[in-house]
Amino acid sequence: MSSASGLRIIDLRLNVAATGNDIVDGVNLTIKKGRVLGLVGESGSGKTTVGLAVLSHARRGVEVAHGQIFCGDTEVLGLDAEAKRKIRGELVSYVPQDPASSLNPALRIGLQLIEVLEAHDFGGSHEARKARIKEMMTEVLLPGDDEYLERYPHQLSGGQQQRVGLAMAFACRPSVIVLDEPTTGLDVSTQEHVLKTIRQLTRDHGVAALYITHDLAVIADLADDVAVMYSGRVVEQGEVAEIFKNPAHPYTRHLVAAAPDIAGKKAIIGLAGRAQSPGKRPVGCAFAPRCELVEDACRVEFPAMVSVSTRHDAACIKATQVASVIVSSAKPESTRKIGEPVIEVSAVSAGYSGDTVVHDVSLTIRKGECLALVGESGSGKTTVSRAIGGLHREWTGSIRLNGRELKTMARQRAVADRLAIQYVFQNPYGSLNPRRTVGDSIVRPLVIDGKSKDDARRAVLEVLDKVSLPGSYANKYPDQLSGGERQRIAIARALVSEPEVLVCDEVTSALDVLVQAAIVDLLSDLRRQLGLAMLFVTHNLPLVRSIADEVAVMSEGRIVEVGPSESVIGNPQQQYTQSLILATPSIERSMR
Amino acid sequence: MSEVLQSTDQFVDERPPSLIRQAFKLRRTQIGAGLSLMLICVALIGPFVAPFGSTEYVEMPNTLSVPGTVFGTDYFGQDVLSRFLFGGRAILILAVLATSIGITLGTTLGLTAAYLRGRADEVIMRALDVVLSFPQVLLSLVVISMFGPSNVLIICTVGLSTTPRIARIIRGAAISVVERDFISAAEALGESRRRVVFAEVLPNVTSSLLVEMNLRLTYSVGLIASLAFLGFTPEPNAANWGLMIQENRVALTEQPWGVILPTVALALMTIGTGLIGDGFSRVSAGIDRGGKGE
Repeated sequence: MSSASGLRIIDLRLNVAATGNDIVDGVNLTIKKGRVLGLVGESGSGKTTVGLAVLSHARRGVEVAHGQIFCGDTEVLGLDAEAKRKIRGELVSYVPQDPASSLNPALRIGLQLIEVLEAHDFGGSHEARKARIKEMMTEVLLPGDDEYLERYPHQLSGGQQQRVGLAMAFACRPSVIVLDEPTTGLDVSTQEHVLKTIRQLTRDHGVAALYITHDLAVIADLADDVAVMYSGRVVEQGEVAEIFKNPAHPYTRHLVAAAPDIAGKKAIIGLAGRAQSPGKRPVGCAFAPRCELVEDACRVEFPAMVSVSTRHDAACIKATQVASVIVSSAKPESTRKIGEPVIEVSAVSAGYSGDTVVHDVSLTIRKGECLALVGESGSGKTTVSRAIGGLHREWTGSIRLNGRELKTMARQRAVADRLAIQYVFQNPYGSLNPRRTVGDSIVRPLVIDGKSKDDARRAVLEVLDKVSLPGSYANKYPDQLSGGERQRIAIARALVSEPEVLVCDEVTSALDVLVQAAIVDLLSDLRRQLGLAMLFVTHNLPLVRSIADEVAVMSEGRIVEVGPSESVIGNPQQQYTQSLILATPSIERSMR
Repeated sequence: MSEVLQSTDQFVDERPPSLIRQAFKLRRTQIGAGLSLMLICVALIGPFVAPFGSTEYVEMPNTLSVPGTVFGTDYFGQDVLSRFLFGGRAILILAVLATSIGITLGTTLGLTAAYLRGRADEVIMRALDVVLSFPQVLLSLVVISMFGPSNVLIICTVGLSTTPRIARIIRGAAISVVERDFISAAEALGESRRRVVFAEVLPNVTSSLLVEMNLRLTYSVGLIASLAFLGFTPEPNAANWGLMIQENRVALTEQPWGVILPTVALALMTIGTGLIGDGFSRVSAGIDRGGKGE
């Protein structure tokens, strides 16, 4: 074959070794040299499995059933162990998600970089290798001097660590590179730099890059082509602009509809159900159970890829018609009644063991209003929210609930005050006690309130209904639920005591985009119905546009800009906010 | 979004079986449980089926073939089998009670230290380190030789000297649980500290607790038998496996049964509880899950 194609994956299938169930099947992808292919899909869709297969690696318990992967002209799946070791890093390299755990914390970065070169005998002499490292460091926009190379990973920031990871991946001039969510843990401004570096390096060196992510906006910003995975199958692939402007597969349409965008206010729309795990997947199109266009033919066999346009294929029997279907949308623009201030935070400073990290923060949240508190990691937004919830010990200033001064810690506050402010945590996997049925978790606030058993049981059923879960869920344990369901339970627990204020701390960051859209939708509905005052803490700026009335931008412990979300995001006044918004990737902006 | 979860039931996953049930699928746990159960039966039912009394004179001392006895008589002319059947109960009950004290105190202190952190953690753990620095046997010997061997004293010293070991393990297991959000959620509701510790944290450290409980029970049986061997029993001529070994070892060549029976019983007992503990620890560490799954 011509070596114009950097990476070709042909009919790849990987199984669970013990059961023979498919994890991914029928994957065909081609990436030309110098191009970036974005592989998107929700967690569990098999995108990382494909990425690792390109390195001829399968996780424990996973085996390659059939298929071929060509990196340049080399077929990598058939290689023996020694040959595999040789191609990794030299022909194909990998950038993992979390730079903090992929760099050895005990070794200086210079040593770790030179190890890669030595392992592949790159450069011949020590001096040549040193020169190559300097060159690489310059290319990833880091200082290449000896002092810098003497540093340990913990002396670098997250973005710098990830760029060292990139330098390591590009060190031996591979022809294929697999990037597995390399910017997921990074702040937007850091992410922007890393994405720029990736784009530059792949173009300059003619590398075929497979970029795995769940973030559509990043793909729109970075990639040339995109492949969408669902339940272990590629359901749609083609050029980025084609797919985002004119998605043909119903799943892709839902993904695009669910993704919030910084460039425009849009109602994000979720989708019912969830993808099945290997072995439980339905016969035929895996998306059929969730698809509104489903017909009997969909359940017979997996639909073949059909060409939608010259550079755009989709695996849907209705691929050419789907474009005419509109994902149900258009919720009536709410006429929200914003009422009296419920929470007034004035001049709050907070810290950890003596170090002040939040300085003089003042906020007001009114009845029925959603205030988004946004900022990068370490900006102090969670500390503020924890102070309001009575979970932070060291703070000064004043927080008032309906004009009443609140005590520092929840335990010192009156029962009514505690129940009036409810907190929903970031990670639904950690916020429910795994040893307790969810019904028992939900009922606690009522027990503390002194409600009778019958009243409490009735209230639990009612609140489960409010979060769109059946009453039978009360008897389940958290490990029987999906992430989205757990977050619904966490919201139900917060709502059961009929609070006035809901503090949501990054409640969607652990969830897939379709689930995120559903949760945001639920929160908006509940706020409207119950007239809740809501503090929505997030680092996700695009989401703010879809949920919040007001937004407060935090940086380094101070609020730098407050105002109605449309005007702050649409027309930011402060330089910090402007740079933050500019750094946030956007589908709409990229498509213009 | 009301139709969000219309078809929920199809994807509810099976809940994995409990730790205890998983552990008992392992052969080692089954064997351990069988051995322990057998010895517990001997110790508890023994006194009711013994042909002679525990201190009844039967025949000349150290005689092997005595009509009506299976293993002959011991150094004092008492029936070996009857002494053996009587001799397990004391050890078993003392060991169980001592371990219970150790578990209760150790768990409480460990959980408290993990939950409160800071100064309380330091004070509790350093105090326990002082106790830990004495070897368990030595500590028990010193206390018991000072105050004389009473059952209460034996239970207390063995139990208290077990406490720091349990506390350390429980604190270690609890520290990661305490950091999780459901603890913060309970605090935000203003749950009492006692409830947070015992209702929220404790159920999440049960696997460590089960493993440690078995291990400590094993050691306590050994320790109490050793104390008896050294003569520390409340009654000088009580039927007690540890004491039996000590009494009959001088006549080992003429009357081996007086030593063999209690030795084998103690060995099987500790092997049994040890195997159960090993089964629990393997399951809780995720070893021996059968190699299936994804």
